[in-house]
Amino acid sequence: MVRGSATRRWLGTAGFYALAVLFMLPTAFVFYWMLTLSLKPQVEATAFPPSFVRFTVTLAGYREVFTKYPFVLYTWNSLVVATGCTLLGLVVGLPAAYSIARWRQQRLAVVILVARIIPGIAYLIPWYIFFRSLRMVDTYGALILTHLIVGLPIIIWVMISFFEDVPADLADAALIDGCSHFGVFGRIALPLVKPGVVATAILSFVFSWNNFLFSVILAGRSTRTLPIAVYTMISYEEINWGTLAAAATLITLPVLLVALLAQRHIVTGLTFGAVKQ
Amino acid sequence: MRSSFTHRHAPWLFPAPAVALVAVIIVYPIAYTGWMSLHEWFASSLARPRFIGLGNYARILLGDPRFREAVVRTIYFTVLAVAAETVLGVAMALLFNREFWGRGLLRTLAILPMVATPTAIALVFVMMYHPTLGVANYLLTVVGLSGFRWTYSSQTALYAIAVVDVWQWTPLIMLIALAGLASLPREPYEAAHLDGASTWQAFWHITLPLLRPTIVVAILFRAIDALKTFDVIFVMTQGGPANATETINLLLFNQAFSYFNMGYASSMAVALFALVMGASLILIKARRTAAW
Repeated sequence: MVRGSATRRWLGTAGFYALAVLFMLPTAFVFYWMLTLSLKPQVEATAFPPSFVRFTVTLAGYREVFTKYPFVLYTWNSLVVATGCTLLGLVVGLPAAYSIARWRQQRLAVVILVARIIPGIAYLIPWYIFFRSLRMVDTYGALILTHLIVGLPIIIWVMISFFEDVPADLADAALIDGCSHFGVFGRIALPLVKPGVVATAILSFVFSWNNFLFSVILAGRSTRTLPIAVYTMISYEEINWGTLAAAATLITLPVLLVALLAQRHIVTGLTFGAVKQ
Repeated sequence: MRSSFTHRHAPWLFPAPAVALVAVIIVYPIAYTGWMSLHEWFASSLARPRFIGLGNYARILLGDPRFREAVVRTIYFTVLAVAAETVLGVAMALLFNREFWGRGLLRTLAILPMVATPTAIALVFVMMYHPTLGVANYLLTVVGLSGFRWTYSSQTALYAIAVVDVWQWTPLIMLIALAGLASLPREPYEAAHLDGASTWQAFWHITLPLLRPTIVVAILFRAIDALKTFDVIFVMTQGGPANATETINLLLFNQAFSYFNMGYASSMAVALFALVMGASLILIKARRTAAW
């Protein structure tokens, strides 16, 4: 009887892990496939049947990405735009989020929410017309400003809930002691929400880094970012699969690593704080 | 020392830069798109925009079968992908809602597809979907099925792209549902257990009703984004083959940036916004009634 229930429990655990592996296998496999393809020489990358575990490891794909394409420039462009978008978003967004949380400015919050719902392409048509007439297509300024459409709402919305958790008594006490609102914001509230700032900065960086729609129209030869570069590479039919996979890995690896630092806040950022984890 | 002016006006000085920025980068472009949708204008020509009232809307709603097909396709794609994500995501949440070794690893693994660069992922799927050399068809033959032509055939392309969406976003629903499950009260289960309810009955009569508002929020956020899917479709098929994956976003992108038909494209953008807004309102209402 006792032995029977122990066996049952063991079978239950084994069944659970079998199901867990089954559910998570597709997730892991796509990344595994991307990585292994990027390390295979062309003959093996397009071999059929494909090799899953045993293959010749080569860095030829990565070498080709950097020698045949201006990949260093693309990476630099992505870095400049994502960093610029995040910094500007924080400078402008943090005081706004503080103010919405402290003085309950709901109307501003609703505008931010609607901005999240509007399709990006509805912004793109006017932006394209303006930047074209200002001759600003293919400039960092155009890219940073448009990426803010994605970055700023996330920063503001997620930070509102962080600022709401700052005890109001603390701010009131400081005000009575003669501290200004700017002092309360800078010296009391901001240090308390530092983890939130780090998380939203990462979120905004990731969303800007991944952005395709705005950049595909507004980036040109000199400001082309990584997602656009990959799209341009795919149109050459004769290209090496190892090279394509290497490019895909190089683009997505930095955001994957950075995002792991903000794991806890990613769902909050994606759902606009509707679900707190 | 504090200056009394800035102190008194802090409630609007703090958000002022953000309000100015939002006005310039968000409100103004939207108003412009609305205004442009009442005009006929090709950005490639030197002619000035011509005011035609609701002419563009009459054309997309009555005279353009391609737009109507794109609307149906967009809704079909969204319903298909989000339904699959919801069923899978909730099932996974129920499975993983317990203490087990490797929980942290699971969470990390679930985060990765959501933050991975969509164009890079699309590129990997393009290679996996290759009809003769791709690993997808190889795996199908291993389990005894015949291969598909995936994104290379107009019959399967939309489904193949939905698979990518499901791969990327099922974890989001799972994580939201897990958070919802973690906040459920314990008492109803204890009472049900005492009354001799089965696990299935407890799930159907307690878990599901209590979890419903959470699931609706998850569906809401997924539906908003699925209706606007662009990157993956654009990289993988550009709307083809034979328009089989041409959603509103793809059609309107081509109208705007291949034909420079800005007025017409703007009216489609407004229509897409109306569709997303309408879906959001229906789901928000569903959440209210679900909360009883």
